[in-house]
Amino acid sequence: MELVRAENCRKSFDGEEILGGITLSVNEGEVVSVIGPSGSGKSTLLRCCCMLETMDGGSLSFAGKSAAKEEGGKVVYASHAELKEIRKTFGLVFQNFNLFPHYSVLKNVMEPQMIAGKSKDEAEKKALECLEKLGLSDKAKSYPCQLSGGQQQRVSIARALALEPKVLFFDEPTSALDPELTGEVLKVIRDLAAMHMTMIIVTHEMNFAREVSDRMIFMEHGVIRAEGTPDEIFGSDDERLKSFMGRLRG
Amino acid sequence: MSGMGVTVSIFLLTLLFSIPLGLPVSLARMSRSKLVSIIAGAYVSVMRGTPLMLQIIVIYFLPYYGFGISVTSDYRFVAVIIAFSLNYAAYFAEIYRSGIQSVPKGQYEAAQILGYSRTQTFVKIIMPQMFKRVLPSMTNEIITLVKDTSLSFAIATAEMFTMAKQIAASEASLAPLMAAGLFYYIFNLLVAHVCKKVEKHYDYYRI
Repeated sequence: MELVRAENCRKSFDGEEILGGITLSVNEGEVVSVIGPSGSGKSTLLRCCCMLETMDGGSLSFAGKSAAKEEGGKVVYASHAELKEIRKTFGLVFQNFNLFPHYSVLKNVMEPQMIAGKSKDEAEKKALECLEKLGLSDKAKSYPCQLSGGQQQRVSIARALALEPKVLFFDEPTSALDPELTGEVLKVIRDLAAMHMTMIIVTHEMNFAREVSDRMIFMEHGVIRAEGTPDEIFGSDDERLKSFMGRLRG
Repeated sequence: MSGMGVTVSIFLLTLLFSIPLGLPVSLARMSRSKLVSIIAGAYVSVMRGTPLMLQIIVIYFLPYYGFGISVTSDYRFVAVIIAFSLNYAAYFAEIYRSGIQSVPKGQYEAAQILGYSRTQTFVKIIMPQMFKRVLPSMTNEIITLVKDTSLSFAIATAEMFTMAKQIAASEASLAPLMAAGLFYYIFNLLVAHVCKKVEKHYDYYRI
């Protein structure tokens, strides 16, 4: 089943085109990574998909439900109530975690569930379950400022998972972490991939992307330059792609 | 000595009204509606740009000269509270605004992704963090308020400074004014102590 479909997605900031018409489709159980140089529009694409940015053109749907479509050259978003429902289908893990600093780890994971209508007991049970899965049981009472970056990112993943999204977006989840802490976050994502969680990952971790993805998308200057299985991408003859990969390897 | 009670009442009542009142003013100031934001901006600008003493006098005389309503002497105290509350609400509004604007955008984005409504985001996520951020500036403002209460002598409110001045004049001595000064100083030591306690209370997390 197609869970995410962004079609001909376009976005400009101050007249500068960041996304020049991108089509992205992700099926259930698929892990797609988006790679490319800085400024290529990867994060903007992700933010358009999560509706943190409004598109200038194109359409967007989740699990067949339309979130935005282009009508007469303008993008029309679904109603407030419809979008609220649609937002429940996906979660997003930020580069800077964006945990709520005034809440304990447990409350960070619990409150969004309660906002979604769960009882306190249910939310607490689910939160503890998610924290345990991510090896954070002993941190439930801590505050984000008491945790390492890697632990904070794992809490933010637990917070997203507790809402049981169908799709999880990752916006450079390890870019704010030092190499030592990167590993523990990548391991979590690897485990999720093994459980066939549908994920779209913007990342600079090339080897990780190769290992975990079913499909890779190489973006440059706001368009998709290449798309395919990791083997196809890494074995590509495209000079630009080769030089990008080569630089990362070197 | 009854002047002390009046001073403390002005202080407490002003805080009671102006601290909550600052919030809608700051929200209006940041409103997407141009008109609302301009009105709130003008309010803040006038309140900060004219002397508080003048505002007290205007509010005291406004019912009579503005509307021909004669007021009782009880109104003197009421006018002081209204003037102080309106004036301090403007200052607090600006402090809140800076606090709200200093909360990172990521907090709003995370809340949106996690299904918080705009109101829930503000009340549960933004406001608590804003409050922690503005505590040091609030302390400053509150300490200023203690000293500003003396401005109500402008309409002869029987607060401590007015009384001290009268006694000083009748006894031809500076001692009553010195005693008043000492009182303000001790009062402010207390205020600073309480504010520090509140700040400490919020030390359990860092932003």
